[in-house]
Amino acid sequence: MINTSVDICGIKFKNPVTTASGTFGSGREFADFVDLNRLGAITVKGVASRPWKGNNSPRIAEVYGGMLNSVGLQNPGAEYFIKNDIPFLKQFDTKIIVNICGHSIEEYCEAAEMLSEADVDLFELNISCPNVSQGGITFGTEPKMAEKVVSSVKKYSKKPLIVKLTPNVTDITEIARAAVSGGADGISLINTLLGMKIDIKKRKSVLANKVGGFSGPAIKPVAVRMVYQVANAVNVPIIGMGGILNYEDALEFIMAGASAVAVGTANFNNPYATVDIIDGIENFMLENNIKDINDIRGIIG
Amino acid sequence: MKYIEYADILENTEIENTIYRMTLVCPKIAKEAKAGQFVELYTGIGECLLPRPISINEIDAKNGRITIIYQTVGKGTQYFSTLKNNLKIMGSCGNGFSIDQNIKKSIVVGGGIGIPPLVELCKNIKGDIEIFLGAKTKPILIEKLSEFGKVYVSSDDGSYGFKGNVVELIESVKPEGEIIYSCGPKIMLRELSKWAEKNKIKAQVSLEERMACGIGACVGCAVKVKKDGDWQNLKVCKDGPVFMSDEVIWDD
Ligand SMILES: Cc1cc2nc3c(=O)[nH]c(=O)nc-3n(C[C@H](O)[C@H](O)[C@H](O)COP(=O)(O)OP(=O)(O)OC[C@H]3O[C@@H](n4cnc5c(N)ncnc54)[C@H](O)[C@@H]3O)c2cc1C
Ligand SMILES: Cc1cc2nc3c(=O)[nH]c(=O)nc-3n(C[C@H](O)[C@H](O)[C@H](O)COP(=O)(O)O)c2cc1C
Ligand code: FES
Repeated sequence: MINTSVDICGIKFKNPVTTASGTFGSGREFADFVDLNRLGAITVKGVASRPWKGNNSPRIAEVYGGMLNSVGLQNPGAEYFIKNDIPFLKQFDTKIIVNICGHSIEEYCEAAEMLSEADVDLFELNISCPNVSQGGITFGTEPKMAEKVVSSVKKYSKKPLIVKLTPNVTDITEIARAAVSGGADGISLINTLLGMKIDIKKRKSVLANKVGGFSGPAIKPVAVRMVYQVANAVNVPIIGMGGILNYEDALEFIMAGASAVAVGTANFNNPYATVDIIDGIENFMLENNIKDINDIRGIIG
Repeated sequence: MKYIEYADILENTEIENTIYRMTLVCPKIAKEAKAGQFVELYTGIGECLLPRPISINEIDAKNGRITIIYQTVGKGTQYFSTLKNNLKIMGSCGNGFSIDQNIKKSIVVGGGIGIPPLVELCKNIKGDIEIFLGAKTKPILIEKLSEFGKVYVSSDDGSYGFKGNVVELIESVKPEGEIIYSCGPKIMLRELSKWAEKNKIKAQVSLEERMACGIGACVGCAVKVKKDGDWQNLKVCKDGPVFMSDEVIWDD
């Protein structure tokens, strides 16, 4: 018997594979392809205290090795989410991670307070959102601001709090430490890298928002490096993500120090990606005589 | 329910310059598909990570087949044009046209590479049909569509039929009907929607948008739609691709 289960902030996942927020909806759309019971956890799309309309179209651009998105965190708000999506998700034997976004510390806290009463397992705080009161600068790029938003939300949060980092910073370990000193119970990374694509015939940016988040296989080396650095800088569980397409990619993150991994853009390329990765990890463990997935976490040292 | 099938390719031929027709064996998808829906085609090549949405041209549920018609415009579609054996597809996606069987007179309008889904649509319409087709040069599928009703044709350059766009053609013919079904470029659909409003005819328009998941999960394919005096972003891949023209907010 092998053990694939992992402990994330006191919550036991049956395996280390979850979904990356925003790429899997609330699971419903993928249920035709994936037995949701098989997932270690489902991380749902970002939820705010109130509905957000999001950016104009086009919001998607394919680029070499990945894609850009400028969805702008469109979401129907916490109330709708609690009423419509949680009852659906509770039918399955998997853990629920709610990704929370906000434009201000107050909005983040409000969302955390509303969702604390809901039957979910963990929060993932997306601090890659623009801080409207600070001219739109991203919360997660400033250590002091990151610490402040985490410590504020922590007061309203009755669930373990994972903080999701943006890679668009000079030193990722500085932000990770700030999040932990603000009270983060775990860290997830990476969110998308800021990117751009220009249509040379139309002489304009493909995305209506001009710039967007770069995800997919091309960002994986950056993500693995950042997970490795953060794993050596802080002492909380890490969920690693960024460009994971297959089980080999997932194992790289685990060996770099992640306790769990999230699958994002790969779901668009292959709707079965999550289960393929779970099966692949199990086979790899059997073939390589690994009894416990936790034995290879951070194995590269 | 949506399915992923590894479809055998029965036919993949160039029917016009850069335009291909492909017939695929996909019994599960064919069984549930309806007019106006689309399928997602996977390339399997790393360079094209995202699936390509292509409308269903014809459905043969009995034999478990669908036909698609696509133009080679970029890497993905060029790759499809080289295939001979099989192709991974997902479907069927989107809402499709809602066809009212009690309507006696329908107007069907297609522009450019938006014409293919109108074939399956026309097969399912009960009453009389008048069909308006436009393109830069000669529109595709004129002969096929004339099986279902009178076809009026325009071309931007005047090389075939009426010189001008298809909405100008409609303005000159002044057709009467209880409903309009349409698919084509957004500018055409916007102009058509103005004509429909002026003539008090309801119009269903099939829109295009850049997509990632194709199944309503990523919110990548937004279209602005009116809602109680305000507006909201709906998903072209799931709430659409077919919308009522008077609900769409056209001016972006
Ligand atoms: C609902 C729907 C139905 C469609 N039906 C048909 C059809 O029946 N026949 C047909 O020839 N074409 C159809 N299209 C357009 C078709 O999807 C694009 O031509 C195709 O994706 C281009 O891919 P490519 O790799 O060749 O081009 P590239 O330019 O290399 O593609 C790059 C990226 O842009 C996307 N893209 C490029 N053009 C479009 C477009 N017009 N709409 C949406 N995404 C685009 C691609 O999917 C890909 O993600 C449809 C589009 C939609 C949204
Ligand atoms: C379409 C799309 C929507 C996303 N939405 C969110 C979101 O709402 N909240 C969030 O924290 N991250 C969001 N992300 C980022 C992903 O969760 C993930 O961190 C990133 O895409 C890197 O992983 P990947 O390369 O496997 O996709 C989104 C990514 C994509 C592609
Ligand atoms: S393409 Fe993902 S929601 Fe429409």
